[in-house]
Amino acid sequence: MAHGDHKKQGAKPRSSAKAFRRLVSYMASDRRLLLLIGFLIIVSIASNLAGSYMIRPIINNYIIPGAPAGLAGALLLLGAVYITGAAAVYIQYRLLNKTAQRTVTRMRIELFAKMERLPITYFDTHQHGDLMSRYTNDIDRISDALADSLSDMLSSGLTLLGIFCLMLYISPVLTLVTLITVPLMFLSARVIVKKSRAYFKDQQESLGALNGYVEEMISGQKAIKVFGREKQVEAGFEAYNRDLKEKSLMAQFYAGLMMPVMQNLNTLNFVVITIAGALLAIFRGFDVGGLAAFLQYSRQFGRPVNELASLYNSIQAAFAGAERIFEIIDETPEEPDAAGAISLNKVKGDVSLKHVCFGYHPERTILKDVALHARPGCKIALIGATGAGKTTILNLLPRFFDVWEGEITIDGHPIKSITRESLRRSMAIVLQDVHLFTGTVCENIRFGRLNATDEEVVEAARLTAAHSFIKRLPHGYNTLLENDGANLSQGQRQLLNIARAAIANPPVLLLDEAASNIDARSELLVRQGLDKLMQGRTSLIVAHRLSTIRNADLTLVLEQGRLKQLN
Amino acid sequence: MKHYREILRRYKTSLFVSPFLVLVTVLCETVQPMFMAEIIDAGVMRRNLSVVSETGLHMALVSLAGLFFSVANIYVSSITSIGFGTGLRAALFHKIQQLSFAGVDRLGPASLVTRLTGDVARIQHLVLTSMRILLRAPFTLMMAVFFVVRINPDLAMALLASIPVLGAAIFVILRKGLPLFLKVQQQLDRLNGLVRENLINIRVVKSFVREDFETARFTRSSEALRDLVIRASDTVVTLFPVMQLVMNLSILAILWFGGYKVIGGELKVGELISFVNYLTQALMSLMMFSMISVAFARASASSRRITEALDAEPSLPGTSATLPDQRRIGRGDVTFRHVSFRYEGGEEDVLHDINFHVRQGETVAVAGATGSAKSSMLQLIPRLYDATAGEVLIDGVNVKAYPSDELRDKIGVALQKNELFAATIADNLRWGKPDATQKELEDAARAAEAHDFIMSFAAGYDTMLGRGGAGVSGGQKQRLCIARALLRKPKILILDDSASAVDTETERRIQANLRSCLTDTTVFIITQRIGTMESAGRIIVLEDGKIEAIGSPEELLLTSGVYREIYQSQQTAF
Repeated sequence: MAHGDHKKQGAKPRSSAKAFRRLVSYMASDRRLLLLIGFLIIVSIASNLAGSYMIRPIINNYIIPGAPAGLAGALLLLGAVYITGAAAVYIQYRLLNKTAQRTVTRMRIELFAKMERLPITYFDTHQHGDLMSRYTNDIDRISDALADSLSDMLSSGLTLLGIFCLMLYISPVLTLVTLITVPLMFLSARVIVKKSRAYFKDQQESLGALNGYVEEMISGQKAIKVFGREKQVEAGFEAYNRDLKEKSLMAQFYAGLMMPVMQNLNTLNFVVITIAGALLAIFRGFDVGGLAAFLQYSRQFGRPVNELASLYNSIQAAFAGAERIFEIIDETPEEPDAAGAISLNKVKGDVSLKHVCFGYHPERTILKDVALHARPGCKIALIGATGAGKTTILNLLPRFFDVWEGEITIDGHPIKSITRESLRRSMAIVLQDVHLFTGTVCENIRFGRLNATDEEVVEAARLTAAHSFIKRLPHGYNTLLENDGANLSQGQRQLLNIARAAIANPPVLLLDEAASNIDARSELLVRQGLDKLMQGRTSLIVAHRLSTIRNADLTLVLEQGRLKQLN
Repeated sequence: MKHYREILRRYKTSLFVSPFLVLVTVLCETVQPMFMAEIIDAGVMRRNLSVVSETGLHMALVSLAGLFFSVANIYVSSITSIGFGTGLRAALFHKIQQLSFAGVDRLGPASLVTRLTGDVARIQHLVLTSMRILLRAPFTLMMAVFFVVRINPDLAMALLASIPVLGAAIFVILRKGLPLFLKVQQQLDRLNGLVRENLINIRVVKSFVREDFETARFTRSSEALRDLVIRASDTVVTLFPVMQLVMNLSILAILWFGGYKVIGGELKVGELISFVNYLTQALMSLMMFSMISVAFARASASSRRITEALDAEPSLPGTSATLPDQRRIGRGDVTFRHVSFRYEGGEEDVLHDINFHVRQGETVAVAGATGSAKSSMLQLIPRLYDATAGEVLIDGVNVKAYPSDELRDKIGVALQKNELFAATIADNLRWGKPDATQKELEDAARAAEAHDFIMSFAAGYDTMLGRGGAGVSGGQKQRLCIARALLRKPKILILDDSASAVDTETERRIQANLRSCLTDTTVFIITQRIGTMESAGRIIVLEDGKIEAIGSPEELLLTSGVYREIYQSQQTAF
């Protein structure tokens, strides 16, 4: 294929810093909100710290000397500080939430819009489950990080700084003592995080493997039953399950260590300060209120250190998620329309293929030298062995794939010189596999032409013999289809599929064994419908039945990559 | 709950020990402010150095003891919760293997995968956090109240008064917030459904140039999700500032009343400071408790989904592994006697009073419109489902009297929907016969017209297939499935429209191969193709779950309206 040269790898945000900058750029349109949030964080921290500090003058100036008169005033002031803090936190959380959700929604929509623009090859070569998990797991992680982790990180950092300054102000000596235990905390946090992260990665991999196994076995359940393989399959599962157990045991243990270890180091810190503070109070006249405030701070000091360590993990995960999303957003979309591409309005339907050469993999050529010419309104049946490439020819016309060599033209215009939109609007495809959308029957048919009236929908359904079964559905045209139309039979789905093409009313029709999944009786109806549908349209039909061929103006056999006329 | 109890029983000791570990840990933590009060009041205020150093040493030792016990609990809880999760997954997977197809369809294959992974993980995590945190909160509260009352009962009222206020606040907020989270989940499911749909339908979307239309649909849906999430989070977000405020105001109250008491000489300064400390501890533990209650609410949905699957009825209660009668299938005659069948939970019989007899070695085609229950009928033979009324007999004996292993051994089935697995082609074929030699593989593959294309791959029979058999075309998959079924050398072979994606010419060759190499095998072929029907000895024509006609192709042209219609619509396949 022509687009071998993908975007340079270097453009992907490999490093966290790049991912971070890009994430921030998504939040940029909420800049005002972000500034307000930052301000509120500072207010809440300041009032929090001030609240703890005020214990000092309250004890020193009023309680110990026994001055009840000033106590009430001081306490009222303290109350005001507390209320300010709580209010700031509340507003900050709400705003943060809003910003985070708006940002994530923007990303989600951009991801989806981009996905819709990816070439068919992308979908054929990537696992759907993996794409899905970008919408769920990765986006979730980002939204968690934006709503909680980032702000927590900011506030933890600021709190740490604030506490440090205040501690220094109250007693430089005690602060020095604290600084002995803090590195110990950071160090052990680092060790634990590092260990647990490695085990978590193992756990995720093991979980992924188990997930894949289960998915395959559940979808292949009939074969398991028919061949009596339940025991072997369960033994296989057992192995995956055991592996997961071992991996997650270590991961959970190490992750669990973090909290108690930190807490106890913090307690140790508390003990050291109590003793040192007591000594200072006895020998150097350090004030008891100051000691009380300092002790409060030292308790608060442990929390942000602890949080910073665990936040680091979730933020890393979010960056990894963001990278996976940017990966898609940075994918090469369908090649843009050629410069000066024309938009075909009145297509007559003259289709021609000249010397077309194509394959899905560079090493396997499927179509070697295909030539075909269909005059407007002409019906051409394609036959040939499975795997010969009949469906491939249909895939080339709407440019799902581009030819390696040769040329395809419509009304004499090479399809590469036509805008994709007008090219695709000029043709309708009825595929072998039918998939429907969640929505009503009516909406599913209208998918072919959005501005079709209800009457036109019914008319299209009548034309394609779908009307009679739709009428019998519980809510007729308003029956809700869910799960890919699971409540309909294969034949009925196929009929809807055809009605959807009918309403689009295109000059060119591409039919891929469209009737092969319908029982013989319904097929009769469908064929009559298709016959009417094909009137006046250029039709290319991948055929499996003689009846189809009989009605065709021309039948071509695909053999060894070439089309030959059938006698 | 019954299921959970059964699995948890294996960890009885851990579950018994864990609360003690938590209790001791909590004790080690809550005693600390008492020591601190001692240091301030007896040490600092009285300038007594030895009290300071001695009590300080105690504090450090108690803290280390606390560390030891909490690490022990972390270990115990990790083992228990992960063992529990592993056991639950195994039980669930085992159950899924026993489920009837109707059961799997009802629960949804995709949803079964999430139940096995995501839902189990959530429950496992809940067990873990419960063992670590759940008991901590009440224990901490208990100890804090105990110490506080000991210091000063009057002042303890401030703490006791704040607890119900906080409890009420938590209750109101969660009650408002949790239903909203449920709605969020539903909207999220809808959104994911939309993405999945677009992934499957990408060709349709592109061919009708509906990229923008779909993006607009997605945008609407994801904006609805955004607004819901904001609404839900806004409610829950209230929790934290409210708690903080209650906590701080309680501290204020204690400083107020306590301050006057200290001034009045009823209370010592150190005691007041430790009081504030206890308050912080108690309220923190309550906050943790509220976090867990959110987790519980979220996990309850998961738990419902898991229990639903575990409670589903297994398909064949009478699976005959235990039957004393080790009956064997000798010939492969198949008889249906007044057979009716209805799917589990279905409202109507899909098969009504089916009667026919097929002799060993016969080839019978089954024809009829979609929904005429052709597959349902044949699936009764290997007991993929059981007849609701009447009897299905092999060699004159009810199928229920055969051990299920025997049925599976002697009946080969190839389905329209191909089920291959991520393994080499040879391994996939060996599902049919685990000890098959290379020659047997090749013979079966030749008969199914698969040998040539297999050999066209560089690795031949060792070619790895992707998940679900990805890497080969639809027609090739079907031929591999036919080969797999042939490998068992079955007495009865059922081909359920299993060559629909194979072209007619190849199919005809497969038919010919079958006739020449399976002379003693009874063959049933469900097909839409007239050519295949004509090559069968007899045809059973089904209409709306009843037999419309049975007979040779020539007879049916005269007797069967349905067959005539099929015949005329296709005349001859090419």
